Amino acid sequence: MSKSNVVSHLKQKKINEVLSTGKRMDGRSLEEYRPLIIKSDVLAKSEGSAEVKLGKTHLMVGVKVGTGTPFEDTPDEGVMMTNAEFTPIAHPSWEPGPPNEDSIELARVVDRGLRSAEILDTNELNIISGKLVHIVFIDFYILNYDGNLIDACGAGAIAALLKAKKPVYEIKKGEPVLTDKKVPLTIRKKPIPVSVIKIGDNFILDPNADEEEVMDVRLTITFDEDGNICTMQKSGSAGLTTDEIKKCINIAKAKAPEIRAKTMETMQ
Amino acid sequence: MSATFQNRELVIPGDIIYEGRIRTGENTYRNQDVVIATRLGLVNYVKDTVSVIALQGSFNPMVGDLVIGEVKDIELGEWVVDIGGQIEASLSIPDAVDQPYQSSFDMTRVLDIGDTIIAKVVDLDRRKTPILSILGSGLGKVNKGFLFRISPIKIPRLIGKKGSMINMIIKETGCRVVIGQNGLVLIDGSNREKEEIVIKVIEKVNQEAHISGLTNRVQEFLKKLKEEKN
Amino acid sequence: MSKRTSKKKQWIRVDGRQYNELREVKIESGVLPNADGSAYIEMGRNKIICGVFGPREMHPKHMAKPNEAVLKCRYHMAPFSVDPRRSPAPSRRDQEITMVMRFALEPAVFLERYPRSSIDIYVEILEADGGTRCASINAASVALVDAGIPMKDLVSACAVGKIDDRLIVDLGDYEDKKGQSDLPLAYMPKLEKVTLLQMDGIMKTEEVEEAIKLAIDGCKQIYEIQREALKKKYGIDKTKMEEDTPDEDDAGDTTEVTEQ
Repeated sequence: MSKSNVVSHLKQKKINEVLSTGKRMDGRSLEEYRPLIIKSDVLAKSEGSAEVKLGKTHLMVGVKVGTGTPFEDTPDEGVMMTNAEFTPIAHPSWEPGPPNEDSIELARVVDRGLRSAEILDTNELNIISGKLVHIVFIDFYILNYDGNLIDACGAGAIAALLKAKKPVYEIKKGEPVLTDKKVPLTIRKKPIPVSVIKIGDNFILDPNADEEEVMDVRLTITFDEDGNICTMQKSGSAGLTTDEIKKCINIAKAKAPEIRAKTMETMQ
Repeated sequence: MSATFQNRELVIPGDIIYEGRIRTGENTYRNQDVVIATRLGLVNYVKDTVSVIALQGSFNPMVGDLVIGEVKDIELGEWVVDIGGQIEASLSIPDAVDQPYQSSFDMTRVLDIGDTIIAKVVDLDRRKTPILSILGSGLGKVNKGFLFRISPIKIPRLIGKKGSMINMIIKETGCRVVIGQNGLVLIDGSNREKEEIVIKVIEKVNQEAHISGLTNRVQEFLKKLKEEKN
Repeated sequence: MSKRTSKKKQWIRVDGRQYNELREVKIESGVLPNADGSAYIEMGRNKIICGVFGPREMHPKHMAKPNEAVLKCRYHMAPFSVDPRRSPAPSRRDQEITMVMRFALEPAVFLERYPRSSIDIYVEILEADGGTRCASINAASVALVDAGIPMKDLVSACAVGKIDDRLIVDLGDYEDKKGQSDLPLAYMPKLEKVTLLQMDGIMKTEEVEEAIKLAIDGCKQIYEIQREALKKKYGIDKTKMEEDTPDEDDAGDTTEVTEQ
């Protein structure tokens, strides 16, 4: 991630040493997640929102439903936009400024998962064909960084969207009129990204910041509830063999339902 | 001429902690006839001095400090070392190897970027850059163990009077523990369970440094942890 | 019956507050594990989080001052903090608030203790409900203390406005937008100095004088809440340290003992 690009040799050695015993520095097993806590509807000015804590990783998801003109090639479809903000409070090495490649990757990988799963009914977001559609903005706002942002944001996006409501427009004499009514968005799927990290010869899930610092490569795989893969992203400058890719897919596939269930459960 | 708080009462910056003439100690300043706290901490009235034992604060390097740092960069004839202070420290070749500087000298063979060192602050230059040395026993590159970070202000409590606290931890766990004044603690044990006990104890000291009876509580805590493991 | 008549006579604000009554204020310190100091504030429906880093190496280095630390501030609003959604890029308004916030906090900090370094204060507005600059200053002040930055005093901030020709303390969003004027003010309660003063709209000279007085009264109330928030983190007050508290000679001690 966008912290100091110096990797501590001591940290690298120790993390590998402990991993070789089948454990991690914080005592977790290799495929164990940290506690995931999601609170939804935490922000009154957003149409949907969620506060996500995954260990010490802490972030907010805000869903705003606005309006705008549709794209020319899809005149009767609403628009979904995803954005991630790496705030400088989240980590000592994060500087204020325009989005960097890490925050753009985060937003795009989560976005692709949601989009590929066709989570929103874009036709439902149409108000007047060719003129006015709903735009659903999903903003990730990172407050404290301790690794595994993609998985945390992915789960948070589902939680926020499930509670999100869109304002209802009535068409009077061809003109849109905003009513007081708000209805929930139709959520068709619940895609969940699971990132598998390779450190040395070990594959682990839910890395913290130290583990991400020393990781060789990451493969994020997003699954819908039918077990279909909606999105993949390989990140980090090392290679993976086809066997390793299969292994990552199997690990992630086994974990995705658990994270989805956890996401739904913590929202109660 | 009087104290305005009880001894060891919690004060915050701006609190008037003494009215009248008295010597001003750490974390205080004088404003005309009163002494004011500059940091959150416990006010300490000792004889003719008033000071505040700070509960929060950053590392302020001083000559003689033992520190643990990470090599961030290599410049002409010197390593740039992050020791967590407000200014990055500098380690030059004569302070790292017992030989004079030569332009052909491959510095990465001694220390590379990403290496961790135990060093001593031997000087502060005109611009207050800490000058480090790794010549001396116990100093140099760290090859084993891991670092644990606590608030630098709690370091004296972790050491204890004449090393009583840290010696107890070392004795009870058998781990190698090196304390840097900059808040970094190097821990290296023969197994992970012992190291985890050390981490838990250090965390306890970090959180409860300001509450009385620390040494006794840590002693009991250590005993309990060791029994759990057995 | 009598109750109703008295209510009729009494002028009440949109949210039922008295003219000099603050919104509910909640402050918590030490909320961000990665920051050196932090604070979270809810002031009415404002939700603001502040992180402080430093004193640390100044980046870029040429911006450092040889004689003192640079106080870097940033006031930033989350895209979802307002309606409709806003762009996350800083606006002219954000930059001005950043600056006045720095001016409000600088007088309270011993910058001269840390030459060549920077102290960074980052404020993130998660939800805006009128008076974000004052709430931000209140949070930043607590976060600075939490970071252990040496300070002369806390800084407390509160706005006074005018609506229906009446002065009111701590404007909410509605009052902010519909009111006739707005006067945000920050104050160092122990040193009795005003460190932020702005105003827009129309007020008579006497009204401004009265407004400043009301704002300072508001700041004093905020100060007590800041103070409690800082103390709360350390549990009970009047905590006694044990006898073997390291004295100054011990503080410089370093011990290294290795496994025998």
